[in-house]
Amino acid sequence: MLSSILIYGLINSVILALTAMGFSLTFGISGVANFAYGGFYILSGFLVWMLLHYLKFPFLLAIVVTVGIVGLLGFITYWIILLRVRGIALSEVIATFALGVGILELFRYLGFVTYEFTLPYLKKGTILIAGVPIDYQRLFIIGIGLALVLFLYFFTHHTRIGLSFRGIAQNERTAISLGIRSDRTAALSLAFGCAMGALAAIIILPLGIISINTGYEVLLIAVAVGIVGGLESVSGILIASLILGYTQVFTGTYLKPEWMMVVYLAAIVLVLTIKPSGLFGKFKELEERV
Amino acid sequence: MKFRKERLDRGIKARCEDIFALSSYREILYLLLPRVLPVVLLLVFPLLKDIVGLYWEKVLVITCAIALLSLSWDWMASVGLISLGQALFFGVGAYVTGSLNYAFKWSPLITIPLGTLGGALICTFLLLPVLRLRGVYFAIVTLTLPLLLMRFIETTKILGGTEGLSALTPLPSLWVELYVPVLALLLCLFGFRRLISEDYGLVLQGIRDNDRAVMSGAINIYWFKTQAVFLAALVGAFPGAFMTHYYQFVGMPAFALDYSILPLTAAVLGGVGTFAGPTIGAFILVPLSEVLRAFGTLRVVFYSAILIICIVGLPEGVFHFIRRKYHQFERMVEVG
Amino acid sequence: MNETILKVEKLNKNFGGVAAIVNVSFEVKKGELLGIIGPNGSGKTTLVNLLTGFVKPDSGRVFYQGIDITGKKPYKIAEMGIARTFQMVKPFYQLSAFKNLIIPLYSSRVRRLRGGMYGDRDDVAIDLLEDVGFERDSFVPYKIASSLPHGYLKRLELARCLALRPELLILDELFSGMSMSEVASTLPIIERLNGEGLTIIMVEHRLKELFRLAHRVIALNFGSKIADGLPGEIMNNEGVKAAYLGSEEEGEDA
Repeated sequence: MLSSILIYGLINSVILALTAMGFSLTFGISGVANFAYGGFYILSGFLVWMLLHYLKFPFLLAIVVTVGIVGLLGFITYWIILLRVRGIALSEVIATFALGVGILELFRYLGFVTYEFTLPYLKKGTILIAGVPIDYQRLFIIGIGLALVLFLYFFTHHTRIGLSFRGIAQNERTAISLGIRSDRTAALSLAFGCAMGALAAIIILPLGIISINTGYEVLLIAVAVGIVGGLESVSGILIASLILGYTQVFTGTYLKPEWMMVVYLAAIVLVLTIKPSGLFGKFKELEERV
Repeated sequence: MKFRKERLDRGIKARCEDIFALSSYREILYLLLPRVLPVVLLLVFPLLKDIVGLYWEKVLVITCAIALLSLSWDWMASVGLISLGQALFFGVGAYVTGSLNYAFKWSPLITIPLGTLGGALICTFLLLPVLRLRGVYFAIVTLTLPLLLMRFIETTKILGGTEGLSALTPLPSLWVELYVPVLALLLCLFGFRRLISEDYGLVLQGIRDNDRAVMSGAINIYWFKTQAVFLAALVGAFPGAFMTHYYQFVGMPAFALDYSILPLTAAVLGGVGTFAGPTIGAFILVPLSEVLRAFGTLRVVFYSAILIICIVGLPEGVFHFIRRKYHQFERMVEVG
Repeated sequence: MNETILKVEKLNKNFGGVAAIVNVSFEVKKGELLGIIGPNGSGKTTLVNLLTGFVKPDSGRVFYQGIDITGKKPYKIAEMGIARTFQMVKPFYQLSAFKNLIIPLYSSRVRRLRGGMYGDRDDVAIDLLEDVGFERDSFVPYKIASSLPHGYLKRLELARCLALRPELLILDELFSGMSMSEVASTLPIIERLNGEGLTIIMVEHRLKELFRLAHRVIALNFGSKIADGLPGEIMNNEGVKAAYLGSEEEGEDA
């Protein structure tokens, strides 16, 4: 029992972290709260499905193409929509929110709501770890999650684009004066965020069916994790995911699985009341949030 | 030869905003018409029920409900709080009213005011922790709260769970059904327009523009934000409370996305920050969406598209456009 | 002149490992005009933020009229009678100049102080603007704030503080960005306010003007107090001279 809780708690945490990562990445770098995130997430799922079923792509190619397309869509979204309303928080939020809702509800209208929409596992089968059966897909999720975090660390600390990301995140004006093109970087941040969402979708969605409501849920998860951990910090995201992930599995095991969603509400309200900047919010000292 | 568009104020308008020099009945009429005409139309419309048909009278009720939600949105936006979840107010108001009526069988005359007040208190309490933060955090939380409450009701099966509460007391008469929302809308519209231009409204707008300066003016911004949210929640919970008795049913659809995105779209389409704008927006959008009922969920896509187009392309909104056309005339002049 | 109005004890503040304020202690007497100087980045603005509650100190205490105000919210501190100007003026741009003053006039402090004898807030606002040198019978007080020149905005900021009827006024680089003539016209206002018994703390980069006005001057460098004394003493203090060497120009902190 305990080992099962430990292992499934970890898996659940990694799922949460993966889901939230793209949203936080974009917000941390360019300050854009990408409310279309859930829309892009589901879009990726359906895109892979369509590539597999209509165009008969091999699975791996479908993944690569989808991540590429969704990343590109994020980039385009910035240039077409966000660039014109940049800096007006109200408009940014509304525009991305509308975009996300538009994508999701369009799929609903087109009839993508039945049980046939599932993605295949990367590899079928299960293995026994410490007496607990785990399927390979969940192992992949952990592996890819870890790889992604390592990649992010390397990327932000050792590559040109990554460093300019951090520059923009810390002080946009100074970064501009150092010759970092802030608009291109922000557009890239959106592209990266969306691509990460797509990747997360492709490896997480096979666990269930692709449903429209997942799109709203994803946003909810991203937000809950972001608020608990502090929207701007990667380590905060990881720790918040662990806290939320394990709490959920505990509630699922000892109470009822339906209560798992309530954990988010409780966590959000609790953190906002006690420490509004999030457990690891970096900017808590700044006057921004007196 | 180049031309430039020149805009001239009509002769009647004095230099200062909202102060006019009037010299004839014609000019008084010119100023009063845009204010009185819509009010008269709204009051007369329910009387014409035999001519326009009951269907469109029902549309009027829904329009008023959405317009109220959209006024509530605009009110919060003028304090700098962006709500993506007006459905929260609507849903909580609806559920409080519905459960009061379901449990105690009280008449709508009691449950609607109680539901409005109770709903507003609950919403304010729920939003209290977020008021200390600004910007996107508030938007994020308002977006998630209706979803979460919907989930909460679904999982805990309280308040009728997925089935909802039905067979509630109907409203006493058709006239109540038609006139209460219209009067509430008018009261709220003119009330908000008045309040925002008072000193109190200035303080609220100050919080939106520069909360640090307001704080250093010895003003407790959290208290003022709380008041503003409470007021918005009242205005938002009322349509929820009213519609519960109107439909004689309350259920999870009370938290539906439509109640969040429709008021938002109406406000943006009509012109943010003017109160008249969101009302106009609602009166354009809701009847339009009734016409488009055949398209089902595609309507939401359609709202989203309008939202994006308006926010990116026409941030001014319909109301500002109309006002400009009414108060100014344009002509082309030659530029040397 | 002997009563202490503000007492600062061993204030410390770190920003992510950088010490912004180190062990700063001082006292301000009632009616005094205290100047605080220091090169760029010496922690002057942080000190103002600490005193007015916009930043919470890591350790140390601030007493105002004997009451501990450390860590209190900015509006509470303002309510108690400490008003401050901001170095970067950000008025309410869409409002006309006098409407900018409505907000502090709406506070409970002003209501309490003015009691029932109130009248119209607009009239009070116009009077206040005249006090800081806005021409009463011109269009200037009625102009939209975004159309006013910088010097007027700075004085609007001052009027915003005076609206509170403060007992302690903290001016964070009021003169920065003002032209010579604007400074010349603002100096007498500050002298007059101080003459009427208002305690003033002036954080300033324009040393010449400051030394003329101040009764006493404190010099900061790298967050520590390096000197405290009469203007004449500070001017000839070796430590202060060394601190300013190489950062002599009268620029503005960003």
